[in-house]
Amino acid sequence: MANMIVRTIEFIGALIERPVMALGRVFLLFFSVVKNIPKPPFEIRNTIRQMLEIGVNSLPVVLITAVFTGMVLALQSYTGFKRFGAEGLVGSVVALSMTRELGPVLAALIVTGRAGAAMAAELGTMRVTEQIDALETLATNPVKYLVVPRFLSGMIMLPALTVITDIVGILGGYFVTVILLGVSSKKYMTATWSYLELQDIYIGLIKACFFGAAFTLISCYKGFYTKGGAEGVGRATTGAVVYSSMTILISDYFLSALMF
Amino acid sequence: MIEFHEVHKSFGGKHVLQGVNLQVEKGESLVIIGGSGSGKSVLLKHIIGLLHPDLGQVLINSKDLSALNEEHLNEMRKKFGMLFQSSALFDSMQVWENVGFGLKRHTSLSDKEIREIAVRKLKMVGLAGIESVMPSELSGGMRKRVGLARAIAMEPELLLYDEPTTGLDPIMADAINDLIKKMNEKLNVTSVTITHDMKSAFKIADTIAMLYNGVIIEKGSPDSIKKSQNPIVRQFVEGRAEGPIVIEGIEA
Repeated sequence: MANMIVRTIEFIGALIERPVMALGRVFLLFFSVVKNIPKPPFEIRNTIRQMLEIGVNSLPVVLITAVFTGMVLALQSYTGFKRFGAEGLVGSVVALSMTRELGPVLAALIVTGRAGAAMAAELGTMRVTEQIDALETLATNPVKYLVVPRFLSGMIMLPALTVITDIVGILGGYFVTVILLGVSSKKYMTATWSYLELQDIYIGLIKACFFGAAFTLISCYKGFYTKGGAEGVGRATTGAVVYSSMTILISDYFLSALMF
Repeated sequence: MIEFHEVHKSFGGKHVLQGVNLQVEKGESLVIIGGSGSGKSVLLKHIIGLLHPDLGQVLINSKDLSALNEEHLNEMRKKFGMLFQSSALFDSMQVWENVGFGLKRHTSLSDKEIREIAVRKLKMVGLAGIESVMPSELSGGMRKRVGLARAIAMEPELLLYDEPTTGLDPIMADAINDLIKKMNEKLNVTSVTITHDMKSAFKIADTIAMLYNGVIIEKGSPDSIKKSQNPIVRQFVEGRAEGPIVIEGIEA
């Protein structure tokens, strides 16, 4: 009996040991990043390059996603609202869903799929080809040189992309509601503005900032600690996207509940 | 200049270094030989502070590396150069940016000056006209040379070579050996090389040490290693499969 209890405890221990250790290492990386942010030299060129990669290069796919999400949102809520004569409220639904929820989450998921995967693959390759060791031998802190610029760029560019997603989503909703379904433009815009508060926008932006930090940290962590050649890089890339996306979706609920 | 005192290091239950004692004098060229997986790379990584001992001490110029904070460790690393087995060139940068990386980060030289120095260093390793090429376009031997140019760019006092001839054809390997010998003489540096290529070891070493089962089992001049009575050293130097050395994964 005692033996069985010991074995059960061992089994549970073995099951949670690795995730707990990984979580611990993510936090250690986070502290190391925070510690290195204020230290010179400031990696301005590197940061700008990452901002371009995360922000500007993600724009096309973010724009397409935003416009179609706004459009389908308008279409679906119009169908529902029409049943009780509230077509005029479509604008509010689109605006509130985009700013509070869909803008930050969609932007974050798309950027994770693009830039997060690229980050993990790049750092992972640098790790397995000893380039990260080489940085250290050249008296360069690899966390400062590689992770800090990506982390900062994520925190800056994701809110920026979210603002664009919000606006384009609302315009997509406008296009469907006003131009395709014939609701008056004034009605749509009034519904958009009258129920939208500043708070809705900044809640979305705080979320975006958090998601930007989370996905860059997880993706860099996965890349930075890659082991085992090409296969390891593949695993790191998949892991970066899966864990970042899960973190974004789960933390989204808790952030929403916190700022409700 | 370099001292190992009873250095132990384990990885996940595998006791790789089991009490290494080793001294390298200033200006000496030490070659550490040993089989694959014997912990040579681990030993080398301790010298430049990429790894720290679980037990024991690594002293460089009488300073304990593990006791240094990041700034001091980096100050020390500026005096080191390391050539990696895979060359470890930064593949997002052109050749001259690779060579000048340390200068760019740790000096206030302009890009133009750094490029000029890089071209000079590349010339020292026998390369010309490739400064604007990306590393992916280079052959293995050329990558090694660029790696060497990067290692000597900051005029180091200590050069570390991680299997410099592995993966090269015999002629290119010999050319790299000549280059290492030339660098050691010309720049008057201390150097530590790890290799399992005995030809290379005899050519570049002032002293050879053999790492086996996590300890240094013999150290001496190339001649004394050649004449060693230790059956393990003899087997390794002669490159025989039969003998006291157990090859991992092969049943006796």
